[in-house]
Amino acid sequence: MTETATHSTLTGTGIGQGVVVGVVARMSDPLPEPADTSSTRTVEEETERARASLSVVARDLEARGKTAGGTAADVLEAQAMMAEDPMLSEIIDESLARGTTAERAVFEAFASFRDQLAAMGGYLGERAADLDDVSQRVIAHLTGVAAPGVPNPDHPFVLVARDLAPADTALLDLDKVLGLVTSDGGPTSHTAILAREKSIVAIVGVTDASALADGTTVVLDAAAGTVTADPSDDQVADAERRIAERQAAAVAPVTPGALADGTAIPLLANLGSSAGAQSAADAGAEGVGLFRTEFLFLDAGGSAPTVEQQREHYIRLLQAFPGKKVVVRVLDAGADKPLPFLNDAHEENPALGLRGLRALRASEDILREQLTALADADRATDADLWVMAPMVSTVEETRYFVEIAREYGIKTAGVMVEVPSLALLAPQVLAASDFASIGTNDLTQYTLAADRMLGSVAALQDPWHPAVLRLVGEVGAAGASTGKPVGICGEAAADPLLAVVLVGLGATTLSMSTPALVDVRASLLKYTLDEARQLADIALAADGAAEARAAVAAAALTLKEAHS
Amino acid sequence: MVERTVRIGSSHGLHARPAKLFTQAAAASGLPVTIAKGSGKPVNASSILGVISLGVDFGDYVTLNADGDNADTVLDQLVELLVTDHDE
Repeated sequence: MTETATHSTLTGTGIGQGVVVGVVARMSDPLPEPADTSSTRTVEEETERARASLSVVARDLEARGKTAGGTAADVLEAQAMMAEDPMLSEIIDESLARGTTAERAVFEAFASFRDQLAAMGGYLGERAADLDDVSQRVIAHLTGVAAPGVPNPDHPFVLVARDLAPADTALLDLDKVLGLVTSDGGPTSHTAILAREKSIVAIVGVTDASALADGTTVVLDAAAGTVTADPSDDQVADAERRIAERQAAAVAPVTPGALADGTAIPLLANLGSSAGAQSAADAGAEGVGLFRTEFLFLDAGGSAPTVEQQREHYIRLLQAFPGKKVVVRVLDAGADKPLPFLNDAHEENPALGLRGLRALRASEDILREQLTALADADRATDADLWVMAPMVSTVEETRYFVEIAREYGIKTAGVMVEVPSLALLAPQVLAASDFASIGTNDLTQYTLAADRMLGSVAALQDPWHPAVLRLVGEVGAAGASTGKPVGICGEAAADPLLAVVLVGLGATTLSMSTPALVDVRASLLKYTLDEARQLADIALAADGAAEARAAVAAAALTLKEAHS
Repeated sequence: MVERTVRIGSSHGLHARPAKLFTQAAAASGLPVTIAKGSGKPVNASSILGVISLGVDFGDYVTLNADGDNADTVLDQLVELLVTDHDE
């Protein structure tokens, strides 16, 4: 170490646009597997050690459950019961009788149940993680080290972890978390999704995050995707100035989405249930650009919800947006969201299988019931209902959906553009439908042939890729020539700078999760339509996603300097 | 030896909260109680790990077995828990 601070900068993918200054608290790494060696203690001594640690951990989990309350309390109480489970303790006793250490016996007993649950998959598979957590806690207690898991210091902190599991975040005191840094995980990881939902500044996929020690002061800059360790006074002052600016922008009056030259770009919300409708409207959403209907079906258990149940829910949604546009997507099942009553066939490649409109067409009664409920809800309310189909790949499928929607009196029917084939035939597609909405997440997955669910190819899942943007441009151009609206409803629209590029490519509306509205609104106001088109051209000319992002960021900076 | 066969009423099956409530009640009864799914192997009903790993879903049939003085009363209470939907 030299005398001067070493402010080193690490890079990753920033989520959102926030800036934060804070002190690092690390999530400890998993414990190593206890060695399979014979114990030097007697069987009685090892048995006593195992009992004591299992009991301490059970009492600790019970106490945590009482503090947590709600659904977390149930999970923690169940975990406490797992620690003192009679079947588990039988297996532990058997191993101990053979002369193994308490650590190894505990490890093996939990592992046997864990593998059983993991093999059952689904909900039970997820419980395997709960079991791992209990196992790690007991082994930590036996070996006298701190239990792995989320830290709980008594001051606000920047959490540094490999990645966060849903079970970790349930225990996280979000009021104390200033920011998140992970070494693994991409922009669609659980950590990234949590950060977006809760508006927490996060930098994911920071390869060297393990170098950040507990107690280090860091500046996170999500817009730049950087983590600066041991920042200089100037860097801290600069960060604090930007934090203040963002706070000022957050309380700025909510205005309709528009560019610097006044071109209106309505900003809409992505919703997964009618529960978020009011907060979206309060945050200035000018309607809903994507209402996902999957949860209605996933929550209904083994069968589809009734027309009656659906109608009630759609009415609640539409009532929150009187006179405004609400785009509802019909059931998008398959791939990552399987529904047994639609498609229970095992597919080697579900992302390319019977999903979205393909699955609905195979069970047309479900589509017809959903359209009936939607049309009824539309008649009962004053919102402007649009309905679109997911995972459409041909012009013929486009015609099929628009015609069947018309049968039920749906006034505005369109398709999602997620498959490159549909983008490439955009003029024909838009001639056959009332509008198109681009789902950038799937469009990126299919354009780059990179499974969205697979961490090992997460780096390819980047909507800044010029190949993806070129397809967006095809749809934008077809929209302009046919006079039909082209919306964006993927994660891409929530990236303030990419949002400008998408408008330059011809998007007429942008839809995003509610917390992103403020930053995108502020960003659009900085550029004219002409400038947005210039930025789009720069992005299209780049070699790859990183190059496009960097070139557009540099050009945007020059444009802003020219303005001031 | 007393035996009862019932159909699971919890819409999410015998997982999570219903499994916890059931095992707690079985353990509190003080009697040796076993539970089996369909014609499968019975497990200790006071073991949450045993009960969860049966993978019992809504509508599945399970068979309870108990031995002891008030086995009838204990099984009646446990059956009540199993047929109730705790997830509504």
